[in-house]
Amino acid sequence: MLLYILRRLLNVVVMLLVVATITFGIFFLVPLLQHTDPVMRYIGKNANPVAIAGIKVKLGLDKPVYEQFWLYLKGLVVGRDYANGNDVIHCPAPCFGISTQTQTPVWPTLLHDVTVTGSLAAGAAVLWLVFGVGTGVVSALRKRTAIDRVAMVTALAGVSLPVYFTGLAASALFVYNLGWLQPTNPDVTFTSDPGAWFQGMLLPWITLAFLFAATYARLTRATMLDVLGEDYIRTARAKGLPERTVIGKHAMRSTLTPIMTVFGMDLGGLLGGAILTENVFNLHGLGFDALNGITKNDLPMIMGVTLFAAFFIVMANLIVDLLYAVVDPRVRLA
Amino acid sequence: MTDSQTSTTETTVGGTAPTSFLSVRDLRCHFPTDDGVVKSVDGISFELERGKTLGIVGESGSGKSVTSLSIMGLHRNVGKKNGPRMSGEIWLDGQELIGAGREEVRKLRGQKMAMIFQDPLTAMHPYYTVGQQIIEGYRQHNPQANKKAARDHAIQLLDRVGIPQPDKRVDQHPHEFSGGMRQRAMIAMALANNPSLLIADEPTTALDVTVQAQILDLIRDLQQEFGSSVIIITHDLGVVAELADDILVMYGGKCVEKGPADKIFSEPEHPYTWGLLGSMPRIDRELQERLVPVQGNPPSLINLPNGCAFHPRCPYADRTEGLSKTEVPRLTSVGQDHLAACHLPLEVRQQIFTEEIAPRL
Repeated sequence: MLLYILRRLLNVVVMLLVVATITFGIFFLVPLLQHTDPVMRYIGKNANPVAIAGIKVKLGLDKPVYEQFWLYLKGLVVGRDYANGNDVIHCPAPCFGISTQTQTPVWPTLLHDVTVTGSLAAGAAVLWLVFGVGTGVVSALRKRTAIDRVAMVTALAGVSLPVYFTGLAASALFVYNLGWLQPTNPDVTFTSDPGAWFQGMLLPWITLAFLFAATYARLTRATMLDVLGEDYIRTARAKGLPERTVIGKHAMRSTLTPIMTVFGMDLGGLLGGAILTENVFNLHGLGFDALNGITKNDLPMIMGVTLFAAFFIVMANLIVDLLYAVVDPRVRLA
Repeated sequence: MTDSQTSTTETTVGGTAPTSFLSVRDLRCHFPTDDGVVKSVDGISFELERGKTLGIVGESGSGKSVTSLSIMGLHRNVGKKNGPRMSGEIWLDGQELIGAGREEVRKLRGQKMAMIFQDPLTAMHPYYTVGQQIIEGYRQHNPQANKKAARDHAIQLLDRVGIPQPDKRVDQHPHEFSGGMRQRAMIAMALANNPSLLIADEPTTALDVTVQAQILDLIRDLQQEFGSSVIIITHDLGVVAELADDILVMYGGKCVEKGPADKIFSEPEHPYTWGLLGSMPRIDRELQERLVPVQGNPPSLINLPNGCAFHPRCPYADRTEGLSKTEVPRLTSVGQDHLAACHLPLEVRQQIFTEEIAPRL
């Protein structure tokens, strides 16, 4: 088991190395091939040949590509100083590079913004698990009744409607028409004002949860119906167990296993940034950074978010696999 | 002990409690589907005394399993829209089950009546240990038993059904058991509360032949030890040959023949039973002939053939003067405690049997 975990962790490192290589390739090599100079993105209005040459040296862009890549990887592990004589930007490990917008290291921004994304994802996850799985179970148990049909049509709507529609519609209704909620203020944090933070997060949570709850309701319903047809459910009934034990224990345990897998992957993916939701509600999370980086051509920022997101997905994968072995005794990890 | 303990006379529906331990009267179980009503069980009656064994025999889709699930009250959504329609009476030890509340029947399940299922791999929950699954059923009906006592009981049961190292096996999951061991564990689970009625639905079908005999021996031993009544459901007359006191042959949801086991084997009165016997391999068969299959396929339970449901497959249907194509034959007495539903005149039937069938058996 320990050996398995170690092997998988090594796997994670390799995966991240691959992702780092590919992003590096795309974002640093492609501009070079297109003969657009990445230095121009840093320099701004004060461009003159001396300043350009200085920045080139400072960022290491004067070095060969393989050396740049090596410095980039090294910076991720031990940190890095971007220096041209006395002009030094210290970038501690893990160094994801210098943002072209702020001229400061990317990592502190990522670290701060992942908490925003994290709280968005966690709150939404609680909501979609409770309502999605709950709806799915009720739908399965009340198959082909009015409740089931209403739930499944709602779920279809949830899957089909994009966040930039539901989010904006919800904002328009609850914030601007009814005035029940204040617009989300990205500067309010949980520690600065918990009440305002909570009410600001409410709509983002619900919007994001609606999308996922819909998928989970459909998945839960389908899985539950499959499980209810299993022989061992009949055996549980034949033992004289009350229906709540048959459903709540025997059927739920089997139903939750595939849901756990999907949940792990979804949460891992979300932690890399909920681009649409964050931008609709002006939340400065990783998804916001990603879009911001793309629109402002901030390559180190985009690389940072990509690598960060990859890390979460690969880790989520590992955790799901480990949990699977705990939940299903037939699975042996080796 | 007299023969009347295994009475198989035709029973009529009435509201009064019968004297026998299990009495099924005119049981019907119909499933509405998009294509029509599936009459899985259409008027089955039988009696079973304490400590006796009844074998229900028939092809796939003849209604055997539906009958047993009806007794256990395991049909879902009975009487609801799209749910099965059930009628008739099932009396278990003086209590009527079809009209009884779901909660009442649930309390009897696993306690007074228990069931062994066909495929022990799919019939056990893959995520729980064998011990947990036995204990769960035991404590459901014995809430006063503490965990230690329940666990000891489970180990005892596993030991009794012949599982080696029961104190270790109790903590293993079903997938760690072999097929035969799994079925033994399934039997242990069914016996957890010492049920007076044990229904075994094709208990050996999923097992290989050598294990089949062991499991059947085990069921017989346990029956003698616990004094339970047993219903064995099978498509294989060989399975019930040694175990059953009485045999009920089902075809198309109806009973076509029933009677004491030795009568069914020595003097079968229905062409379908002849077919079943002819297609059964026997060690004591003298002639080295090929087995004779019953021609054709089981009928659709939505559109049963008119008249006798067996007539399209019956080689002797033309000797009934057309009756078998138009009229449903009634179960009529053909000997002591022996009934058969066939239009062939008794003399003709016995003549066919002695001249054509018996020499081949």
